[in-house]
Amino acid sequence: MRKITYCDAIREATIQEMERDPNIFLYGIDVPDHKGIFGSTLGLQEKFGANRVFDTPLSEDTMTGFGLGAALNGMTPIHVHMRVDFMLLAFNQLVNMISSYNYSLCGKLRIPFVVRAIVGRGWGQGFQHSKTMHSVFAHVPGLKVVLPTTAYDAKGLMISAIRDGNPVIIFEHRWLYWQEEEVPEEPYTIPIGDGNIIRKGDDITIVATSWMNVEAAFAAKILEKNGISVEIVDPRTISPFGNDNNSVGNNEKLIIDSVKKTGHCIVADNDWLNCGFSAEVASRVSEKCFNVLEKPVKRLGFANTPCPTARHLETEFYPNARNIIKAVESVLNLEPIDLSKESFYTYENKFKGPF
Amino acid sequence: MQNEKDIELNTELYKKLYLIRSSELAIQKYYHEDDMKTPMHMSMGAEAISVGVCHAIGDAGQVFATYRSHAAFLAKTQDVDYFFAEMYAKETSILKGKGGSMHLCHPDHNFMGTSAIVASNISVAVGAAFANKHKYGKYSSNIVVVFFGDGAVDEGTFWESFNLACLMKLPIIFVCEDNGLAVHTLIPTRRGYKSITDIVSKFNCEAFDIDSTDVLSIYKYTKEAIDIINEKQCPIFMNIRYYRYLEHVGINEDFDAGYRSKEEFKNYIEIRKDPIELQRLRLVYKLNIEASDLEKEIDDKVSQSINKAKNAPFSNLSETYTHVFN
Repeated sequence: MRKITYCDAIREATIQEMERDPNIFLYGIDVPDHKGIFGSTLGLQEKFGANRVFDTPLSEDTMTGFGLGAALNGMTPIHVHMRVDFMLLAFNQLVNMISSYNYSLCGKLRIPFVVRAIVGRGWGQGFQHSKTMHSVFAHVPGLKVVLPTTAYDAKGLMISAIRDGNPVIIFEHRWLYWQEEEVPEEPYTIPIGDGNIIRKGDDITIVATSWMNVEAAFAAKILEKNGISVEIVDPRTISPFGNDNNSVGNNEKLIIDSVKKTGHCIVADNDWLNCGFSAEVASRVSEKCFNVLEKPVKRLGFANTPCPTARHLETEFYPNARNIIKAVESVLNLEPIDLSKESFYTYENKFKGPF
Repeated sequence: MQNEKDIELNTELYKKLYLIRSSELAIQKYYHEDDMKTPMHMSMGAEAISVGVCHAIGDAGQVFATYRSHAAFLAKTQDVDYFFAEMYAKETSILKGKGGSMHLCHPDHNFMGTSAIVASNISVAVGAAFANKHKYGKYSSNIVVVFFGDGAVDEGTFWESFNLACLMKLPIIFVCEDNGLAVHTLIPTRRGYKSITDIVSKFNCEAFDIDSTDVLSIYKYTKEAIDIINEKQCPIFMNIRYYRYLEHVGINEDFDAGYRSKEEFKNYIEIRKDPIELQRLRLVYKLNIEASDLEKEIDDKVSQSINKAKNAPFSNLSETYTHVFN
């Protein structure tokens, strides 16, 4: 099968869906420009015309309400934010309006609405270009929140989000845009709510979100060489999550089943810890795996600070594969593993210069 | 022939005005029973705006409104059964009580929704107008109207939305129901400019500044606005002044609160006239129509709706959990 990047997977999903349904439109600041949202919207205005793919005034909140209105009248908007931090300007529309419109209408109208928000990191992104905050949005009933990790996920979840008929926010990590893997050419869906076992293992479960799956995979390879078998579970969707009244998928079940097997759980969330998704996972695991847990659930996430801008400080801010290995050593009471000969991911090997 | 049309139009306008007034008088009568557990933002005084505009855009026109939308809702839908069923949170309401007074919505009648966050529905209306333009290409029967108060003009999203509509040349009428009050705060405390209509008229739009309680004249202005939309393909801004008879939220007068005087209210009514009374005079003295028969019929209808609502069961507890998602 051909391989494409995460970025191209998003672009391909958008094209295939827009070809299928003329009521889908794509918009946002800089969507049709020469950079095309890091390439994910490149050439789409040329392909579909300025009525269906367009740039907007710098009015995030209003452009979000605009999408809601278009959705009420039968269209499917895809609204793109180059950074999550800019999407925060639309918090009122997302949280006060869009999340509750269907509820207060008792389902009289559908609200298909896809919001794409890109998570920045590195090269001086700092405290206003690097936020994730997916937990904040997952906290609100009426919004679906997905975090595709792989290129395969990106295409399948994007198509599912477009067809879902509900508001769905997709958090796309900028560093994942370069990930390449086999992706089917034909359209396919991944059910929103379904998680993914990224790696099978027996000794410890690592629940990871977004970029932290990459760090967890690095850590797992090193741990494997040292005789530790890690299972990595990527929930992919963090709302709906689990068996509450609105839930359909298996994301929570995959985590619970895995911890029941391994008896140990680390959550590596690509976000802050306090009141975050990692706390939700730790709580669910504690409730549902109380009898099998051999150690308390351990959590890894961003430092409890705004994101610093300087390279050496941001390295301190973000958790990485080393931190995960240390956490596994601590949970499983292992002797420290010699990491002096291991190489870890660093973006300098991938990329230089501004986003 | 013209006279017959005049009679029909004016009668229709009056019936709608009277339905709204009669419904709100009934709310005032029964609210103390504490069975309508929903914050009432009363429309009293603004009826001519809702009726004149909604009648002009017809059934196909779509309306977005605010937490103060009893008048707009009834003007657009005349569904007084549903109106009271929702106030009493009963099974018979299509919203099952999940909306209440501040969140009325009736898509079957193109009453598309309301918001209690000031100005938040303006951009939604603009998006709806975009979809209409996209789907129908031409404008005439698919006008979107968004109602908001003068307080909403202080919000950034008003300016963003208005800019967008002018930029995209959308078929939409922005109706500012200008009572000079944002809750209890007067315009001079809130604005660094004199006239909203002057400023707005610099955009690619047509702006109307209307100070009238006459439903027929507001109806005619709106018809003119629709013609302009079709001819020039630009949005319309209408600032229409009115006097808010009652407190910001609640069913009572609050002239004792000190931010405005009863004297001011009396003077206003003396000069401008109450919108219902004004149209009643037109019917009775100019068109020789017996208004009291119409009124009796409407009062009876309102009473019946209230009785139906009171006697209906509450919506099911399971409604709490439904429709979070489709």
